[in-house]
Amino acid sequence: MATLAREALKDADAERVLFRGRARWMIVLMGLCIGLLAVRLHQLQVVDHERYQTASNQNRIDIEPVPPVRGLISDRNGVLLAENRAAFSLQLIPERVPDVEATLLELSRVVALDEDDLNAVREQIRRQRRFERAVVRSYLSDQEAAAFAAQRHRFPGVDLYGELVRHYPFREAFGHVIGYVGRISQKDLERIDRDQYRGSLYIGKAGVERTYESVLHGQVGLQQSEVDAHGRSLRILDRDPPTPGRSLRLSLDADLQLLADAALGANRGAVVAIDPRDGAVLALVSKPAFDPNLFVTGIDQASYDALNSRGRALFNRALQGQYPPGSTLKPFIAIAGLHDQRAAPQHRVYCNGAFQLPGRERKYRCWKRQGHGHLNLADAIKHSCDIYFYHLAVDLGIQRLHDHLVAFGLGAPTGIDLPGEGAGLVPSADWKRAARGVAWYPGETVIAGIGQGYHLTTPLQLAVATAVLATRGTLRVPTVVDGQALPPLRILNRGELHWAQVIGAMEAVMQSPGGTAYATGQDAPYRFAGKTGTAQVYGLAQDDDAAVSAHEQPEALRDHALFIGFAPADDPRIAIAVVVENGGSGSRAAAPVARTVIDRWLEVGPS
Amino acid sequence: MNPLRPLLALDWVLLPCVLGLAALGLFMAYSAGNGSIANLQSQGVRVAVALAGMFVVAQLPPQLLARSAPALYGLGLLMLCWVALAGAIGGGAQRWIDLGFMRFQPSELVKLTVPMMVARYLSSKLLPPTRRQIIVAGLIILLPAGLIVQQPDLGTALLVGAAGAAVLFLAGLGFRFIGLSLLTGLCAAPVAWQFLHDYQRRRILTLLNPEQDPMGAGYHVIQAKIAVGSGGPFGKGWMQGTQAHLDFIPESSTDFIFAVFAEEFGFVGAMALLLLYAVILLRGFAIAAGGQDTFSRLFSGSLVLTFFVYLFVNIGMVIGILPVVGVPLPLVSFGGTSMVTLMLGMGMLMAIRNDRRLWSG
Repeated sequence: MATLAREALKDADAERVLFRGRARWMIVLMGLCIGLLAVRLHQLQVVDHERYQTASNQNRIDIEPVPPVRGLISDRNGVLLAENRAAFSLQLIPERVPDVEATLLELSRVVALDEDDLNAVREQIRRQRRFERAVVRSYLSDQEAAAFAAQRHRFPGVDLYGELVRHYPFREAFGHVIGYVGRISQKDLERIDRDQYRGSLYIGKAGVERTYESVLHGQVGLQQSEVDAHGRSLRILDRDPPTPGRSLRLSLDADLQLLADAALGANRGAVVAIDPRDGAVLALVSKPAFDPNLFVTGIDQASYDALNSRGRALFNRALQGQYPPGSTLKPFIAIAGLHDQRAAPQHRVYCNGAFQLPGRERKYRCWKRQGHGHLNLADAIKHSCDIYFYHLAVDLGIQRLHDHLVAFGLGAPTGIDLPGEGAGLVPSADWKRAARGVAWYPGETVIAGIGQGYHLTTPLQLAVATAVLATRGTLRVPTVVDGQALPPLRILNRGELHWAQVIGAMEAVMQSPGGTAYATGQDAPYRFAGKTGTAQVYGLAQDDDAAVSAHEQPEALRDHALFIGFAPADDPRIAIAVVVENGGSGSRAAAPVARTVIDRWLEVGPS
Repeated sequence: MNPLRPLLALDWVLLPCVLGLAALGLFMAYSAGNGSIANLQSQGVRVAVALAGMFVVAQLPPQLLARSAPALYGLGLLMLCWVALAGAIGGGAQRWIDLGFMRFQPSELVKLTVPMMVARYLSSKLLPPTRRQIIVAGLIILLPAGLIVQQPDLGTALLVGAAGAAVLFLAGLGFRFIGLSLLTGLCAAPVAWQFLHDYQRRRILTLLNPEQDPMGAGYHVIQAKIAVGSGGPFGKGWMQGTQAHLDFIPESSTDFIFAVFAEEFGFVGAMALLLLYAVILLRGFAIAAGGQDTFSRLFSGSLVLTFFVYLFVNIGMVIGILPVVGVPLPLVSFGGTSMVTLMLGMGMLMAIRNDRRLWSG
């Protein structure tokens, strides 16, 4: 009621008068403040003008950024993988050059300049302030530097500058892991602290160079110098030196990397080797590869296109390549079956070469057409029997299958400290409804049991999951940088006995006569556990009677060859995944690559 | 509709001033960018968008503004909370909402909605306000201002606070109360100091003694003062300012644009600019005093005062009498969001002026 009474008393005229009074106060206050600004401006611009004029015109203090030296990258033994090399570059300061175009033309007679160089420097001049240096060309040869030095007087505003240029001595072999640095682009500028990059020319664009950019780059320094009216430095007054970037030691082993690279030969594919005990990546190869040095000073369009077309050399198959895992998935499914009591070691299944869902027509074939006869779980892994795993998958059901495989780290990025990792795919009924809008068919569970259908994994994921097998249940985030190892992400309790049964069967694959990779593993001087796999590229109908053997197919349609393995089986020090695109069979194309790498590691690596 | 109401309701004193300042902004952006056309284009687009917004808002009846104040205020608060949450999750400072095609800064919207809400609240009460109403109004102001300080964006929080406080003052806040809160503020300053971010403290310390740290925080202040002082009485001429062009002036096209202007156009130019601003302020007060209802008066008065705080804080920081806070020179500085807010504010002033014509016409 009281408010109402007050409302009723509301007097428009009184409020108007009150407002005018207050407004008057405001105007006085503002007048005083603006007067203060005017007085201060008068002080600066009229009274003290002389002093500031001097400060501005004669000797200005220029604060110049001094770029830090980028940190080096080495392998675990200190072998340099990325270093900084001194090189001359030719730079010009637009405001000191009388006629930029004429100067560029004249310069092209002294040093080699192609159309791309010219466009790049024009672009840089357009983007920058007129007193900032623009790079005409980097990486001058000694002859070119000498030729220019002799004629320097003809080119006011143009000079040679020593700069440190990134160099990758191993070229292709480490391109996919280390990545490369390149000129800072407009896009890069949006994601970095510009102050830190004043004066820097390069930034990590891919691989380790990108992930660890903030570590490698260092802190910019400042140099305070006296400059004349043209901005020319007269003398250095003070220097706050830059903090160089920290050097990185990777967990990779250069020897092992080169060996794995060579073992893949001319094939397209990937090798990932991990120390299962801490998740350290020992080798990570993707082929075809590219020479990162091409990118440092700017790659020309033709070379870039060539890299993109020639087997997609810029595509990091180890991280981004998504392949059906095929039979390499069987050990993981076996663990799932044992743990959920859908499989028992002694239980035997009869393989007559084909499997049918009750009441359905369609036949799902075993790779061995005449069938394996009776086999238990260990034999099913050893011989890679499809029929056994069709049964097991149907017994488990797609949801359990999905949950178990996800627990091994499949179907999601591993979290490795490299950019651009693929997620892979572990299918489930929910996924299919969400992604495809269609219900799950029982037949899709059948082929999921042998890693076909919708399953997709990256070689890195396979290696990480294999390390989980090797450690009997410890899932770790893989890392390429030494000393970055994190505590385990997850411990899978699947029963000591179950791990032992599956690992035993994987040893039989390698080292017991009849195992699918016996040819590769029989004479290994250590206990070798592994599993081969073959992933269909082209969907040959399962019940197509016109069987075509791998070698009769054109190469692009040939199956991808896969292999996972670890050794020594009783005390694993290395876990590996190999994918050879269109390699045909896992046992013939992929397993030998793994053998070569593991041999070397167990022979020379730390125990 | 009233037949006497003109087709396009604008204010023929404010409009030329606004256009003049925006044009000056374009000239200065061109100069500060060393003749970069790209900068000019993007600024031109922003000015065009902001002007369009001003034209539209000028056509609205002020009663609509009053009615929608609570909804707009609530929306602003909600977005500030959203930004704070997203920042907490993303880690680090967060001021933006990404709309995909543009990034939107909720704290800018709040600069308008806070005074609007306070004016709406007080206009329904008998003035001068009672102690309880002052506390409620204070909460209306402090809630969003606190969220903005957290971002952290001291400059914007200051503007929001000033806009709200202006309404209170215009509504007849007792002088005894004002004196008391000033005293409290003075005593609370050492406490507030504890809550300031390192960079904010450094800026205040730098103001007290810029020469102490010429490489670091004092750099902005020293270089801006040299630029202004070297301009002299008549300036070095357009595009001739060496300080700005040699990159001595940080953010020369945004918050420090006045340094470039004063260097190139001198004391005479600076006085002319201040005069132009004074015309806008006086015209604004004339419109406010002629407002048809309490809401119109309070709200338009606070718009004028906010405008004044912008220009005083910005010029004050460039010439070294105030600490460096991120406040643009109104309608001149390069950059989109504050330009839009300020133009919308101008549009609202015009709407309120237009309201009078509707009644007396």
